[in-house]
Amino acid sequence: MSDTLKELLEHGPNAVNIGVQDFADSLKAQGAEAVQVNWAPPAGGDAEMIALLDQLL
Amino acid sequence: MHRGSIIRKNEYHDSVFLMRVARRISEEENIDQAALFMGTEKNKGILVELGFPAQDLAAATPSDLILAVKARDEKSLAAVLENLDGWLRPEPGRADTPSFRDLGEALSRQPLANLAVISVPGAYAAHEAQRALERGLNVFVFSDNVPVEREIFLKRYARERGLIVMGPDCGTAIIGGIGVGFANRVRRGPIGVIGASGTGLQEFTTLVHRAGSGISQAIGTGSRDLSDEVGGISMLSALDALEADPSTKTVAILSKPPGPLALACLIPRLMQCAKPLVVCFLGRKKELGPADIACQTARTLDEAAALAVQNATGHPPIRTEPDNARFEALISREREGMNPLQKYVRGLFAGGTFCYQAQQVFMDAGLTAFSNVPISGNHKLSDSLMSREHSLIDMGADEFTVGRPHPMIDSRQRRERLLAESKDPEMAVLVLDFLLGFNASADPAGDLASSIAEAKGAAKKRGGFLSVVASVCGTAEDPQGLERQVARLEEVGGVILPSSAQAARFAAVLAVRTEGGV
Repeated sequence: MSDTLKELLEHGPNAVNIGVQDFADSLKAQGAEAVQVNWAPPAGGDAEMIALLDQLL
Repeated sequence: MHRGSIIRKNEYHDSVFLMRVARRISEEENIDQAALFMGTEKNKGILVELGFPAQDLAAATPSDLILAVKARDEKSLAAVLENLDGWLRPEPGRADTPSFRDLGEALSRQPLANLAVISVPGAYAAHEAQRALERGLNVFVFSDNVPVEREIFLKRYARERGLIVMGPDCGTAIIGGIGVGFANRVRRGPIGVIGASGTGLQEFTTLVHRAGSGISQAIGTGSRDLSDEVGGISMLSALDALEADPSTKTVAILSKPPGPLALACLIPRLMQCAKPLVVCFLGRKKELGPADIACQTARTLDEAAALAVQNATGHPPIRTEPDNARFEALISREREGMNPLQKYVRGLFAGGTFCYQAQQVFMDAGLTAFSNVPISGNHKLSDSLMSREHSLIDMGADEFTVGRPHPMIDSRQRRERLLAESKDPEMAVLVLDFLLGFNASADPAGDLASSIAEAKGAAKKRGGFLSVVASVCGTAEDPQGLERQVARLEEVGGVILPSSAQAARFAAVLAVRTEGGV
């Protein structure tokens, strides 16, 4: 088990939220650390191209 | 009717925020309907079905926002369309959460981050999860529609590095006392639980809390983890984690029955588990595997919670069956006013696992049912929108939620279905579930209360009586308040049972007695 997983279980989430902002807000409301990434789909939203690049990398 | 739409290029907002904004716009005077979507092909298709001309939407891409409105007059339509910036302003009272352009920037500000919570559209989720794992973060993927081969790759990658991937399609986790996603506020305690189902975890954790015990960790694996393809990779990582976690005394596992290959991988690990185990593979009890696995097995979520509490605390078992005299009295009371036409149960579930479990309970009672997601031995509805005989419907299934909000956060579809069912003179019992907790509707019972009263009124007008049976998954500490929600449902004549399995059992007994005329 990595130190990050140990740390997560012992002290709870210190989170980076990518997507629905409510999830970050509810973490903060419970006293957890959370920051939000202002995610947007890549220009044109070409998910297939991203998947292809991921496989190549 | 006046229809109009506008496209805003390169403006992205999450679907939950857009749903709330659309709802606010729909409440404006002279506005009949408002939809606010990103310009994906699916969303454009929905708008075309709603009557918006395809050529007006053609230019929108998934990075572009579409506002589409039906109004009663031209002036109201123009006023809404021209005020897009106003509608998109952040809502007052929102938490002041710092926001960043990308993961790298976020991590430079938050170097001690240990978890990425990902809820972007499924087509992009694996990419974001991969980036997060590469940066050494554990990952909670709420998004569904992630290809299974990407899921396997992510989970293997994580496991090799001692990290965990919760999800894809992971609704709930409670880690170190903090709820992630759709979680309830529960006491901390000695029971660690791993679940492939979000609503299953919510039911289990709230029942443990209500029995006086508490949760050390609740780890979601995602709905496909125990399929033969994925082979339980996250389940194994979660087991390792709970075994090493000093706050966990007893480990519970919740899932639909695993695939045979996944089960074969899991059994040797379960045999080695150093902590007491409670296993609930819904509906299965005796066929878990070799007799020497030192674990207790449960068929239903409430039974699993009762066994885990008993195991962890040494307290006598909690009842998972209601008091017999009270149960019989309630059954008689509910049957009294029914007329001979009334025969069938209709279940409208927000929780997919509750729908699955209700089908198991019905089968145990010798009843077959129709469903949009039938278990083996039940019948598939040819049209999910049309119930037949006993019908148990998962209102969170894809056909109801693509491009539309899940019934846990928006009750509109369930309300409409409830009113449609109420026109059927053969309906005798309506089964509902209500899920409280973070990120769920602010008042799930209130959302449906007036429709329940209306449905009961319609049955009464026909000289009958509609029995409404429900369970509320939540705690007194949840933002919606368990007691307030139960009271609201009782005000409109609902029979509220302490668990979803008990509600299903109550409905099944009513149905059997009605069929048999006992």
